[in-house]
Amino acid sequence: MIDEGLRTELSRQGVVTTTLQELYNWGRKSSLWPLQFGLACCAIEMIATSMARFDIARFGAEVFRPSPRQADLMIVAGTVTKKMAPQIVRLYNQMPEPKYVIAMGVCAISGGPFKEGYNVLKGIDRYIPVDVHIPGCPPRPEALLQALMTLQDKIDKQPLTGDNRPPHLDASAPGEFPIPAFGQHDLEPPNNPALWQPPPMTRAE
Amino acid sequence: MEALEQLKARVEAAVPGAQAEIVPNGSPANQPSLSLDCGHARTVAEFLRDDPDLRFDYASNVTGVDWPEKTIKEKIKVKKLVSGVEKEVEEVCERKTPAYLEAVYHLYSMARKHGPLILRLRTENRSDKVTLPSLTPVWRSCEFQEREIFDLYGIIFEGHTDLRRILMWPEFTDHPMRKDYVEPDDYEYEPTPHDDVLTRARQHYPGGTPA
Repeated sequence: MIDEGLRTELSRQGVVTTTLQELYNWGRKSSLWPLQFGLACCAIEMIATSMARFDIARFGAEVFRPSPRQADLMIVAGTVTKKMAPQIVRLYNQMPEPKYVIAMGVCAISGGPFKEGYNVLKGIDRYIPVDVHIPGCPPRPEALLQALMTLQDKIDKQPLTGDNRPPHLDASAPGEFPIPAFGQHDLEPPNNPALWQPPPMTRAE
Repeated sequence: MEALEQLKARVEAAVPGAQAEIVPNGSPANQPSLSLDCGHARTVAEFLRDDPDLRFDYASNVTGVDWPEKTIKEKIKVKKLVSGVEKEVEEVCERKTPAYLEAVYHLYSMARKHGPLILRLRTENRSDKVTLPSLTPVWRSCEFQEREIFDLYGIIFEGHTDLRRILMWPEFTDHPMRKDYVEPDDYEYEPTPHDDVLTRARQHYPGGTPA
Protein backbone atom coordinates (compact mmCIF):
# COMPACT_ATOMS: atom_id res chain seq x y z
CA MET A 1 0.00 0.00 0.00
CA ILE A 2 1.17 3.46 -0.84
CA ASP A 3 1.87 5.82 2.02
CA GLU A 4 -0.91 8.36 2.56
CA GLY A 5 1.53 11.30 2.84
CA LEU A 6 3.29 10.31 -0.36
CA ARG A 7 0.00 9.99 -2.06
CA THR A 8 -1.16 13.53 -1.22
CA GLU A 9 2.24 14.80 -2.21
CA LEU A 10 2.00 13.04 -5.57
CA SER A 11 -1.52 14.34 -6.20
CA ARG A 12 -0.27 17.84 -5.45
CA GLN A 13 2.27 17.30 -8.21
CA GLY A 14 -0.41 16.16 -10.61
CA VAL A 15 0.15 12.42 -10.30
CA VAL A 16 -2.95 10.47 -9.45
CA THR A 17 -2.47 7.15 -7.72
CA THR A 18 -5.15 4.62 -7.01
CA THR A 19 -5.63 0.97 -6.21
CA LEU A 20 -7.56 -1.60 -8.17
CA GLN A 21 -10.01 -1.89 -5.31
CA GLU A 22 -10.73 1.84 -5.23
CA LEU A 23 -11.14 2.02 -8.98
CA TYR A 24 -13.35 -1.05 -9.09
CA ASN A 25 -15.57 0.09 -6.23
CA TRP A 26 -15.74 3.63 -7.61
CA GLY A 27 -17.00 2.24 -10.89
CA ARG A 28 -19.58 0.02 -9.19
CA LYS A 29 -20.93 2.62 -6.82
CA SER A 30 -21.24 5.29 -9.51
CA SER A 31 -23.58 3.42 -11.79
CA LEU A 32 -26.07 1.57 -9.65
CA TRP A 33 -28.91 0.75 -11.99
CA PRO A 34 -32.12 0.12 -10.08
CA LEU A 35 -34.73 -2.38 -11.10
CA GLN A 36 -37.80 -0.58 -12.33
CA PHE A 37 -40.67 -1.74 -10.22
CA GLY A 38 -42.81 -0.32 -7.45
CA LEU A 39 -45.20 -2.00 -5.07
CA ALA A 40 -47.19 0.75 -3.39
CA CYS A 41 -47.15 4.43 -2.45
CA CYS A 42 -43.39 4.39 -1.74
CA ALA A 43 -42.95 3.90 -5.46
CA ILE A 44 -44.42 7.38 -6.02
CA GLU A 45 -41.66 8.82 -3.84
CA MET A 46 -39.13 6.71 -5.74
CA ILE A 47 -40.44 8.16 -9.02
CA ALA A 48 -40.23 11.65 -7.52
CA THR A 49 -36.62 10.92 -6.60
CA SER A 50 -35.85 10.09 -10.19
CA MET A 51 -37.41 13.31 -11.51
CA ALA A 52 -35.77 16.71 -11.96
CA ARG A 53 -36.31 18.16 -8.49
CA PHE A 54 -34.43 15.47 -6.59
CA ASP A 55 -32.63 13.98 -9.56
CA ILE A 56 -31.20 10.60 -8.67
CA ALA A 57 -29.07 10.99 -11.82
CA ARG A 58 -26.65 13.00 -9.69
CA PHE A 59 -25.64 9.67 -8.17
CA GLY A 60 -25.53 7.71 -11.41
CA ALA A 61 -28.59 5.68 -10.46
CA GLU A 62 -31.12 7.10 -12.89
CA VAL A 63 -31.10 4.19 -15.33
CA PHE A 64 -34.12 2.25 -14.13
CA ARG A 65 -33.97 -1.08 -15.91
CA PRO A 66 -37.11 -2.97 -16.82
CA SER A 67 -35.25 -6.28 -16.74
CA PRO A 68 -33.64 -7.82 -13.66
CA ARG A 69 -30.78 -9.04 -15.87
CA GLN A 70 -29.56 -5.48 -16.29
CA ALA A 71 -30.15 -4.20 -12.77
CA ASP A 72 -27.72 -3.83 -9.85
CA LEU A 73 -30.04 -2.49 -7.23
CA MET A 74 -33.46 -3.58 -6.07
CA ILE A 75 -35.46 -0.85 -4.38
CA VAL A 76 -38.30 -2.64 -2.60
CA ALA A 77 -40.64 0.34 -2.58
CA GLY A 78 -43.84 -0.49 -0.79
CA THR A 79 -45.91 -3.16 0.91
CA VAL A 80 -44.86 -6.69 0.06
CA THR A 81 -47.95 -8.85 0.13
CA LYS A 82 -47.55 -12.55 0.65
CA LYS A 83 -48.89 -13.09 -2.83
CA MET A 84 -46.14 -10.86 -4.26
CA ALA A 85 -43.22 -12.10 -2.15
CA PRO A 86 -42.27 -15.12 -4.33
CA GLN A 87 -42.07 -12.88 -7.38
CA ILE A 88 -39.79 -10.43 -5.55
CA VAL A 89 -37.46 -13.24 -4.51
CA ARG A 90 -37.51 -14.60 -8.06
CA LEU A 91 -36.62 -11.19 -9.48
CA TYR A 92 -33.82 -10.87 -6.95
CA ASN A 93 -32.48 -14.28 -7.97
CA GLN A 94 -32.56 -13.21 -11.61
CA MET A 95 -30.42 -10.15 -11.00
CA PRO A 96 -26.73 -10.65 -11.77
CA GLU A 97 -24.11 -10.16 -9.07
CA PRO A 98 -23.08 -7.77 -7.64
CA LYS A 99 -26.52 -6.83 -6.45
CA TYR A 100 -27.89 -4.76 -3.63
CA VAL A 101 -31.25 -4.23 -1.97
CA ILE A 102 -32.76 -1.13 -0.41
CA ALA A 103 -35.90 -1.77 1.65
CA MET A 104 -37.82 1.45 1.30
CA GLY A 105 -40.48 2.36 3.85
CA VAL A 106 -41.84 0.66 6.96
CA CYS A 107 -43.88 -1.88 4.98
CA ALA A 108 -40.84 -3.29 3.19
CA ILE A 109 -38.94 -3.31 6.48
CA SER A 110 -41.48 -4.87 8.81
CA GLY A 111 -44.97 -4.87 7.34
CA GLY A 112 -45.54 -1.41 8.81
CA PRO A 113 -49.17 -0.57 9.56
CA PHE A 114 -50.20 -3.90 8.00
CA LYS A 115 -47.92 -5.99 10.22
CA GLU A 116 -50.78 -7.74 11.98
CA GLY A 117 -52.61 -8.40 8.73
CA TYR A 118 -53.08 -11.81 7.18
CA ASN A 119 -51.85 -10.88 3.74
CA VAL A 120 -48.69 -8.83 4.29
CA LEU A 121 -45.16 -10.06 4.63
CA LYS A 122 -43.56 -8.79 7.84
CA GLY A 123 -40.45 -7.49 6.11
CA ILE A 124 -38.70 -8.49 2.89
CA ASP A 125 -35.52 -9.33 4.84
CA ARG A 126 -37.18 -12.64 5.68
CA TYR A 127 -36.32 -13.88 2.21
CA ILE A 128 -33.59 -11.71 0.68
CA PRO A 129 -30.60 -9.92 2.23
CA VAL A 130 -31.23 -6.17 2.61
CA ASP A 131 -28.34 -3.72 2.54
CA VAL A 132 -30.06 -0.49 3.55
CA HIS A 133 -33.36 -0.01 5.38
CA ILE A 134 -35.12 3.36 5.12
CA PRO A 135 -37.91 4.00 7.62
CA GLY A 136 -40.76 6.33 6.74
CA CYS A 137 -44.29 6.09 5.50
CA PRO A 138 -43.41 6.86 2.80
CA PRO A 139 -39.80 8.08 3.14
CA ARG A 140 -39.03 11.43 1.59
CA PRO A 141 -37.00 11.43 -1.63
CA GLU A 142 -34.12 12.81 0.43
CA ALA A 143 -34.27 9.66 2.52
CA LEU A 144 -33.96 7.50 -0.58
CA LEU A 145 -30.99 9.58 -1.70
CA GLN A 146 -29.50 9.16 1.78
CA ALA A 147 -29.98 5.42 1.45
CA LEU A 148 -28.28 5.46 -1.93
CA MET A 149 -25.35 7.39 -0.50
CA THR A 150 -25.15 4.97 2.42
CA LEU A 151 -25.08 2.11 -0.05
CA GLN A 152 -22.38 3.84 -2.08
CA ASP A 153 -20.31 4.24 1.09
CA LYS A 154 -20.81 0.57 1.81
CA ILE A 155 -19.69 -0.43 -1.70
CA ASP A 156 -16.73 1.93 -1.45
CA LYS A 157 -15.48 0.16 1.68
CA GLN A 158 -15.89 -3.39 0.39
CA PRO A 159 -12.53 -5.16 0.22
CA LEU A 160 -11.95 -7.35 -2.83
CA THR A 161 -10.20 -10.09 -0.86
CA GLY A 162 -10.42 -11.50 2.61
CA ASP A 163 -13.29 -12.65 4.75
CA ASN A 164 -15.29 -9.46 4.34
CA ARG A 165 -15.37 -9.55 0.57
CA PRO A 166 -18.78 -9.09 -1.05
CA PRO A 167 -20.81 -12.19 -1.96
CA HIS A 168 -20.16 -11.88 -5.68
CA LEU A 169 -16.44 -12.43 -5.08
CA ASP A 170 -17.07 -15.29 -2.69
CA ALA A 171 -17.72 -18.56 -4.49
CA SER A 172 -19.18 -20.17 -1.39
CA ALA A 173 -21.75 -17.43 -0.80
CA PRO A 174 -25.30 -18.32 -1.85
CA GLY A 175 -26.16 -16.88 -5.24
CA GLU A 176 -29.82 -17.73 -5.12
CA PHE A 177 -32.32 -17.68 -2.33
CA PRO A 178 -35.15 -20.18 -2.06
CA ILE A 179 -38.45 -18.92 -3.42
CA PRO A 180 -41.29 -19.41 -0.91
CA ALA A 181 -44.22 -21.52 -2.05
CA PHE A 182 -47.90 -20.70 -1.64
CA GLY A 183 -49.15 -22.85 1.22
CA GLN A 184 -52.63 -23.54 2.45
CA HIS A 185 -52.40 -21.04 5.29
CA ASP A 186 -49.19 -19.09 4.78
CA LEU A 187 -46.07 -18.91 2.67
CA GLU A 188 -43.89 -21.97 3.03
CA PRO A 189 -41.43 -21.51 4.60
CA PRO A 190 -42.55 -18.33 6.39
CA ASN A 191 -38.95 -17.07 6.37
CA ASN A 192 -35.47 -18.08 5.33
CA PRO A 193 -33.81 -19.13 8.60
CA ALA A 194 -30.34 -18.66 7.08
CA LEU A 195 -31.12 -14.98 6.62
CA TRP A 196 -33.53 -14.12 9.35
CA GLN A 197 -34.43 -15.32 12.82
CA PRO A 198 -37.13 -13.94 15.10
CA PRO A 199 -35.51 -11.35 17.35
CA PRO A 200 -34.63 -12.62 20.82
CA MET A 201 -36.07 -10.73 23.72
CA THR A 202 -33.73 -8.58 25.73
CA ARG A 203 -34.81 -6.83 28.87
CA ALA A 204 -33.45 -3.44 29.77
CA GLU A 205 -31.99 -3.70 33.24
CA MET B 1 -87.35 7.48 -3.78
CA GLU B 2 -90.38 5.97 -2.19
CA ALA B 3 -90.33 4.70 1.38
CA LEU B 4 -88.84 1.32 2.01
CA GLU B 5 -92.18 -0.17 3.12
CA GLN B 6 -93.75 0.93 -0.13
CA LEU B 7 -90.84 -0.39 -2.12
CA LYS B 8 -91.05 -3.71 -0.34
CA ALA B 9 -94.75 -3.99 -1.20
CA ARG B 10 -94.04 -3.17 -4.83
CA VAL B 11 -91.24 -5.71 -5.02
CA GLU B 12 -93.46 -8.41 -3.58
CA ALA B 13 -96.25 -7.50 -5.98
CA ALA B 14 -94.01 -7.39 -9.02
CA VAL B 15 -92.16 -10.62 -8.37
CA PRO B 16 -94.58 -13.38 -7.44
CA GLY B 17 -93.38 -15.43 -4.51
CA ALA B 18 -90.66 -13.01 -3.52
CA GLN B 19 -90.27 -12.30 0.16
CA ALA B 20 -88.54 -9.20 1.40
CA GLU B 21 -87.92 -8.24 4.97
CA ILE B 22 -87.06 -4.80 6.25
CA VAL B 23 -84.01 -4.94 8.52
CA PRO B 24 -84.06 -1.93 10.85
CA ASN B 25 -80.87 -0.12 11.70
CA GLY B 26 -80.68 1.18 15.24
CA SER B 27 -77.52 3.21 14.72
CA PRO B 28 -77.56 7.00 14.23
CA ALA B 29 -77.38 6.44 10.48
CA ASN B 30 -80.86 4.92 10.69
CA GLN B 31 -80.48 3.33 7.29
CA PRO B 32 -82.81 0.34 7.08
CA SER B 33 -82.14 -2.32 4.51
CA LEU B 34 -84.07 -4.91 2.57
CA SER B 35 -83.34 -8.57 3.15
CA LEU B 36 -84.27 -10.71 0.16
CA ASP B 37 -84.92 -14.41 -0.12
CA CYS B 38 -82.22 -16.13 -2.14
CA GLY B 39 -84.59 -17.88 -4.52
CA HIS B 40 -85.98 -14.68 -6.02
CA ALA B 41 -83.08 -12.28 -5.42
CA ARG B 42 -81.99 -12.32 -9.06
CA THR B 43 -85.49 -11.47 -10.37
CA VAL B 44 -85.96 -8.81 -7.71
CA ALA B 45 -82.62 -7.27 -8.65
CA GLU B 46 -83.65 -7.17 -12.30
CA PHE B 47 -86.92 -5.52 -11.29
CA LEU B 48 -85.07 -2.90 -9.22
CA ARG B 49 -82.79 -2.16 -12.16
CA ASP B 50 -85.45 -2.04 -14.86
CA ASP B 51 -88.45 -0.49 -13.13
CA PRO B 52 -88.88 3.01 -14.64
CA ASP B 53 -89.46 4.65 -11.23
CA LEU B 54 -86.58 2.94 -9.48
CA ARG B 55 -83.88 2.42 -12.12
CA PHE B 56 -81.18 1.24 -9.70
CA ASP B 57 -78.51 1.14 -12.38
CA TYR B 58 -75.43 1.33 -10.17
CA ALA B 59 -74.23 -1.12 -7.52
CA SER B 60 -71.61 0.98 -5.78
CA ASN B 61 -70.51 -1.43 -3.12
CA VAL B 62 -70.83 -5.09 -2.22
CA THR B 63 -69.51 -6.37 1.04
CA GLY B 64 -69.78 -9.34 3.34
CA VAL B 65 -70.65 -9.79 6.99
CA ASP B 66 -70.02 -12.79 9.20
CA TRP B 67 -72.69 -13.08 11.84
CA PRO B 68 -71.86 -15.47 14.65
CA GLU B 69 -74.47 -17.33 16.63
CA LYS B 70 -76.36 -14.92 18.83
CA THR B 71 -78.32 -15.46 22.02
CA ILE B 72 -81.22 -13.11 22.35
CA LYS B 73 -82.75 -12.70 25.78
CA GLU B 74 -86.41 -11.83 25.85
CA LYS B 75 -88.82 -11.24 28.68
CA ILE B 76 -92.08 -13.06 28.15
CA LYS B 77 -95.09 -12.98 30.39
CA VAL B 78 -96.19 -16.49 31.19
CA LYS B 79 -99.15 -17.66 33.23
CA LYS B 80 -98.04 -19.98 35.95
CA LEU B 81 -99.35 -21.57 39.07
CA VAL B 82 -97.62 -19.89 41.97
CA SER B 83 -98.58 -21.56 45.28
CA GLY B 84 -101.89 -22.70 43.90
CA VAL B 85 -102.88 -19.36 42.38
CA GLU B 86 -102.57 -18.65 38.68
CA LYS B 87 -100.39 -15.58 38.16
CA GLU B 88 -98.69 -13.78 35.35
CA VAL B 89 -94.96 -14.16 35.79
CA GLU B 90 -92.21 -12.61 33.71
CA GLU B 91 -89.77 -15.16 32.44
CA VAL B 92 -86.51 -14.59 30.69
CA CYS B 93 -86.50 -16.66 27.55
CA GLU B 94 -83.32 -17.31 25.63
CA ARG B 95 -83.49 -17.72 21.91
CA LYS B 96 -80.58 -18.60 19.69
CA THR B 97 -80.28 -17.26 16.17
CA PRO B 98 -78.12 -19.43 13.98
CA ALA B 99 -74.86 -18.14 12.56
CA TYR B 100 -74.91 -17.05 8.95
CA LEU B 101 -72.98 -15.11 6.34
CA GLU B 102 -74.41 -12.11 4.60
CA ALA B 103 -73.72 -10.19 1.41
CA VAL B 104 -74.71 -6.53 1.43
CA TYR B 105 -75.32 -4.56 -1.76
CA HIS B 106 -75.49 -0.77 -1.93
CA LEU B 107 -77.51 0.41 -4.91
CA TYR B 108 -77.87 3.87 -6.39
CA SER B 109 -79.71 5.24 -9.35
CA MET B 110 -77.74 7.49 -11.66
CA ALA B 111 -80.78 8.08 -13.85
CA ARG B 112 -83.20 8.98 -11.05
CA LYS B 113 -80.54 10.36 -8.71
CA HIS B 114 -81.63 8.49 -5.64
CA GLY B 115 -80.22 5.92 -3.31
CA PRO B 116 -78.77 4.16 -1.56
CA LEU B 117 -80.93 1.10 -1.37
CA ILE B 118 -79.31 -1.58 0.73
CA LEU B 119 -79.97 -5.21 -0.08
CA ARG B 120 -78.99 -8.12 2.09
CA LEU B 121 -78.71 -11.75 1.13
CA ARG B 122 -78.25 -14.33 3.84
CA THR B 123 -76.85 -17.83 3.70
CA GLU B 124 -78.48 -20.62 5.63
CA ASN B 125 -75.44 -21.25 7.79
CA ARG B 126 -71.74 -20.58 7.66
CA SER B 127 -70.36 -24.05 7.11
CA ASP B 128 -71.89 -26.01 4.23
CA LYS B 129 -74.87 -24.04 2.93
CA VAL B 130 -73.07 -20.89 1.89
CA THR B 131 -74.45 -20.43 -1.60
CA LEU B 132 -76.07 -17.18 -2.68
CA PRO B 133 -77.29 -16.10 -6.11
CA SER B 134 -74.81 -13.84 -7.85
CA LEU B 135 -76.01 -10.40 -8.89
CA THR B 136 -73.11 -9.93 -11.32
CA PRO B 137 -75.36 -10.67 -14.32
CA VAL B 138 -77.55 -7.76 -13.17
CA TRP B 139 -74.82 -5.31 -12.17
CA ARG B 140 -71.44 -5.86 -13.77
CA SER B 141 -69.70 -3.87 -11.02
CA CYS B 142 -70.41 -6.68 -8.55
CA GLU B 143 -67.96 -9.00 -10.28
CA PHE B 144 -64.75 -8.19 -8.41
CA GLN B 145 -66.49 -7.46 -5.14
CA GLU B 146 -68.32 -10.78 -5.13
CA ARG B 147 -64.98 -12.41 -5.86
CA GLU B 148 -63.55 -10.61 -2.87
CA ILE B 149 -66.39 -11.83 -0.66
CA PHE B 150 -65.85 -15.35 -1.98
CA ASP B 151 -62.17 -15.02 -1.12
CA LEU B 152 -62.47 -13.47 2.34
CA TYR B 153 -65.79 -14.90 3.61
CA GLY B 154 -66.25 -18.06 1.57
CA ILE B 155 -69.70 -17.27 0.17
CA ILE B 156 -70.22 -19.10 -3.10
CA PHE B 157 -72.03 -16.97 -5.66
CA GLU B 158 -74.08 -19.07 -8.03
CA GLY B 159 -74.19 -17.63 -11.52
CA HIS B 160 -70.93 -15.71 -11.20
CA THR B 161 -68.96 -16.14 -14.41
CA ASP B 162 -65.47 -16.06 -12.94
CA LEU B 163 -65.52 -17.00 -9.27
CA ARG B 164 -61.87 -17.19 -8.24
CA ARG B 165 -59.90 -15.86 -5.30
CA ILE B 166 -58.87 -12.29 -5.92
CA LEU B 167 -56.62 -11.22 -3.04
CA MET B 168 -55.21 -14.46 -1.72
CA TRP B 169 -53.53 -17.15 -3.80
CA PRO B 170 -55.55 -20.07 -5.18
CA GLU B 171 -53.87 -22.61 -2.87
CA PHE B 172 -55.05 -20.71 0.20
CA THR B 173 -57.83 -22.57 2.00
CA ASP B 174 -58.96 -20.15 4.73
CA HIS B 175 -61.28 -17.16 4.71
CA PRO B 176 -59.46 -14.38 6.55
CA MET B 177 -62.40 -12.09 7.29
CA ARG B 178 -64.40 -14.75 9.08
CA LYS B 179 -64.58 -14.36 12.83
CA ASP B 180 -63.09 -17.79 13.46
CA TYR B 181 -60.08 -17.30 11.17
CA VAL B 182 -56.85 -18.40 12.81
CA GLU B 183 -53.90 -16.53 11.39
CA PRO B 184 -50.51 -18.18 11.01
CA ASP B 185 -48.55 -18.06 14.22
CA ASP B 186 -45.70 -15.74 13.23
CA TYR B 187 -45.59 -13.46 16.20
CA GLU B 188 -42.46 -11.45 16.78
CA TYR B 189 -41.43 -8.69 19.14
CA GLU B 190 -43.87 -5.80 19.52
CA PRO B 191 -42.84 -2.72 21.46
CA THR B 192 -46.25 -2.18 23.07
CA PRO B 193 -48.20 -5.45 23.13
CA HIS B 194 -51.77 -5.37 24.32
CA ASP B 195 -54.90 -7.55 24.26
CA ASP B 196 -54.50 -10.50 21.89
CA VAL B 197 -50.99 -9.44 20.98
CA LEU B 198 -50.00 -9.49 24.64
CA THR B 199 -51.36 -13.03 25.00
CA ARG B 200 -49.31 -14.12 22.02
CA ALA B 201 -46.25 -12.26 23.32
CA ARG B 202 -46.48 -14.26 26.56
CA GLN B 203 -46.74 -17.51 24.64
CA HIS B 204 -43.71 -16.77 22.52
CA TYR B 205 -41.55 -15.26 25.22
CA PRO B 206 -42.42 -17.23 28.34
CA GLY B 207 -39.28 -15.97 30.09
CA GLY B 208 -40.99 -12.72 30.93
CA THR B 209 -43.56 -10.31 29.70
CA PRO B 210 -42.15 -7.75 27.34
CA ALA B 211 -41.20 -4.57 29.09
